[in-house]
Amino acid sequence: MSDVAVHEADHGTHGHTTTTGLSNNKVAMWLFLGSECLLFGGLISTYMLYRGRVSEGPRPGNVFDIPFTSVSSFILLMSSLTMVLAVSAAQNRDDRGTTLWLTVTALLGATFVGGQVYEFTAMYNEGLGFTTSLFGSSFYALTGFHGVHVTVGIIMLMSLVGIIKRSTIPGDKAEVVELIGLYWHFVDVIWIIIFTLVYLIPA
Amino acid sequence: MAIIERPATAGGVEIAPPATPSRAQGGFKRPVSTTGWKSWLFTVDHKKLGIMYGVMAMFFFIVGGIEAVLIRLQLAAPEGKVLSASVYNQMFTMHATTMVFLFVMPMAAAFANYFIPLQIGARDVAFPRMNAFGFWCVLGGGIFINLSWFLGGAADGGWFMYAPNSGPIFSPSHGVDFWTLGLQITGIASLTGAINLIVTVLNMRAPGMSLMKMPVFTWLQLVVQFLLLFAVPVITVALFLLSFQRNFGATFFDVSAGADPLLWQHLFWIFGHPEVYILILPSFGIISEVLPVFAKKPLFGYPFVVFSGAAIGFVGWGVWAHHMFASGLGPVSVAVFSISTMAIAIPTGVKIVNWTLTLWGGKLRFTAAMHFAIGLIVLFTIGGLSGVTHSVAPSDTQQTDTYYIVAHFHYVLFGGAVFGLFSGFYYWWPKMFGKTLNEKLGKANFWMMVIGMNMTFGPMHILGLQGQPRRMYQWTEARAGEGFFNLAFWNQIASIGSIILAVGVLLFIINVVKTARSKELAPLDPWDSRTLEWMTSSPPKEHNFDVIPTVHHLDEFFHRKYQQDPVTHEYKQIATAEEILADQEAHADKHIHMPSPSYWPIVLAATLPIITTGVIYSIPVAIVGGIFLVLAMFGWALEPSTAPETDFDPPAAGESTKELAPLV
Repeated sequence: MSDVAVHEADHGTHGHTTTTGLSNNKVAMWLFLGSECLLFGGLISTYMLYRGRVSEGPRPGNVFDIPFTSVSSFILLMSSLTMVLAVSAAQNRDDRGTTLWLTVTALLGATFVGGQVYEFTAMYNEGLGFTTSLFGSSFYALTGFHGVHVTVGIIMLMSLVGIIKRSTIPGDKAEVVELIGLYWHFVDVIWIIIFTLVYLIPA
Repeated sequence: MAIIERPATAGGVEIAPPATPSRAQGGFKRPVSTTGWKSWLFTVDHKKLGIMYGVMAMFFFIVGGIEAVLIRLQLAAPEGKVLSASVYNQMFTMHATTMVFLFVMPMAAAFANYFIPLQIGARDVAFPRMNAFGFWCVLGGGIFINLSWFLGGAADGGWFMYAPNSGPIFSPSHGVDFWTLGLQITGIASLTGAINLIVTVLNMRAPGMSLMKMPVFTWLQLVVQFLLLFAVPVITVALFLLSFQRNFGATFFDVSAGADPLLWQHLFWIFGHPEVYILILPSFGIISEVLPVFAKKPLFGYPFVVFSGAAIGFVGWGVWAHHMFASGLGPVSVAVFSISTMAIAIPTGVKIVNWTLTLWGGKLRFTAAMHFAIGLIVLFTIGGLSGVTHSVAPSDTQQTDTYYIVAHFHYVLFGGAVFGLFSGFYYWWPKMFGKTLNEKLGKANFWMMVIGMNMTFGPMHILGLQGQPRRMYQWTEARAGEGFFNLAFWNQIASIGSIILAVGVLLFIINVVKTARSKELAPLDPWDSRTLEWMTSSPPKEHNFDVIPTVHHLDEFFHRKYQQDPVTHEYKQIATAEEILADQEAHADKHIHMPSPSYWPIVLAATLPIITTGVIYSIPVAIVGGIFLVLAMFGWALEPSTAPETDFDPPAAGESTKELAPLV
């Protein structure tokens, strides 16, 4: 539902200040991300419980290609940097810079998702399907949910680029960029946790 | 939704005819109807949505009530033949699901939607379209879950849907799928609603209303919204995992595949226990408004009520495993959760003390609302005490899955949550509809419900301690036992009680119909109330307040009506509600710009049942639904929540405008 939370225009902040001084949209985004923590908390707990339960098929250590995933993780982290540059450009009312950095961010995100698709395909070919074992189910559920979040983020970034180009954005442009930035950073931070727990700590 | 309110003339507000608005960027032209069904379908007005939530919740209350009566009829006689074993399983599952997710939660949301903006002196919620979206989600989800009755049978695993009962072997029909996916839809509504109301309360309070000058109802609703915000995602995960298991062949809860069935229990109750506070705290808030008004005293220890409410919200996260004492958690977990469960009784007890001391020495007026409020204190205390017995693990192990548990949670949920909601009906009806519910019928309604509920649920303590298992489908004479504690007698008493209870609810519905037909209008301030929602007309205007009030006190409205004599310390009336309202109208804001109606909330919400239907029957349908979902999101995002000022007629010289939708 992140699209809704992000794009809801700012009734109530329009023309007069809010009680906290923060805009409604920003408070809403933070609350939404707080809620998302519990969503990933549940999925991570499920994975941690089931990662050693391999009735058949490959074990965690056998399917992970840590150098490959490290590179894609690095790419995702770099997208946070370009996102910051996009927010900064938006705050300077630099539309060209904003669209440029948003596009770069989306491309880096897409590279990460592409890497994930490649990784999933490789794992599937090694015999780890969604229903192969509890490890497989919980691994694909967790990383899949994260991948969907990144994909939604990419769609939002690209929509934002289109909207800024047609300059039909309702509300404060810089703030909308910042809000999607919050979401993007959140998804990155979640990936750091997932990467550490799933890939780096041996089961 | 009204389009343009012209300046108030002597005869009231004139409404200009709808005009064609400019084409919104969202794709559709904006809806403009001010009357008729379209004005409800596309409204974003928190008051209309509050009423819609209420009507929907009342409908599901009747559905759930019929299910309850059928359950009791089945158990009224030995070897009951009213329902088959399979239908009986569906009946108790859907009774609980309906009452929890489709009655108490939406009814609490009805009150929250209607009264939070009014109580904090705001003109609407922070995200009006998201508010409408939430309502359509709950309605869609509720209908979707209940469709399963007609499509091969409803969910039958009990409302907490433990594995393996939820699995395809023990529940082969699509009932559990409808249940899982339908609850996902209502969960989206809870999440958006929670975000919306928290932002509203934090950000849109009238000038001067600090957090500690906020009415208690708003405070406790704020706590509830935080609980929803963090509890809903956990059940979302659990429901997703169950869906993956049932629809896509995963084995998350399948013991034979090496899975741990306790995972579901933990995820469910991490949501489920905060959920019970989500159900009860709104009612606590309602009676915290009702008791001071009818005792003619401020609420005793306002900060204690507020902070104990927040404490319940925090500690409520650390008690979930007391639902699982019989599952073999191990002594450390059991001890920890046992102690935390005992601890949560303390802030609850604080509230009971505060309410009782609010009554102490007050000039009590025993209206119907007051009856229900006092009923809540007494009945909830009984349920709370049996709840404390569950915190003692050895005792709980005896009580788990017996009728003793059924007795306990009906005392806290029916005696507590439902009585609070009824208290709210009688207290706020004149504010919402401008007419007072009949007091005599209201008291009859109260007494029938009290007698009925004690007859129904009181004997269940005995039945449970005698060993009658929960969800038992039939009892036989041979196994009923003899003497005073025989199961037959108490089961029959409970069944008679449920009929009396149903008559009590019927009296309420008769009361509503009678009041709607009556022409007698309620006075502006019928109960001599204390909070801001009474400082406007009844029902409130579209824009709630002509002037946004500046708040100086807790119970601001009371302090505008009464002033303390510096010598005698007695309160003297200095103004009537009519005078305060007239003063507001005389100084009305010149320019009020309200959010505009929109098609998108209902369109976006309508895509969700399409997707869930597709997940069950045909994935391509789900994909089509998903495409519509994304398109609707774009439409929504591109449409400004509030139509731009340029879409409005400029006011003529000397006129004030209250613009509610674009006029070109």
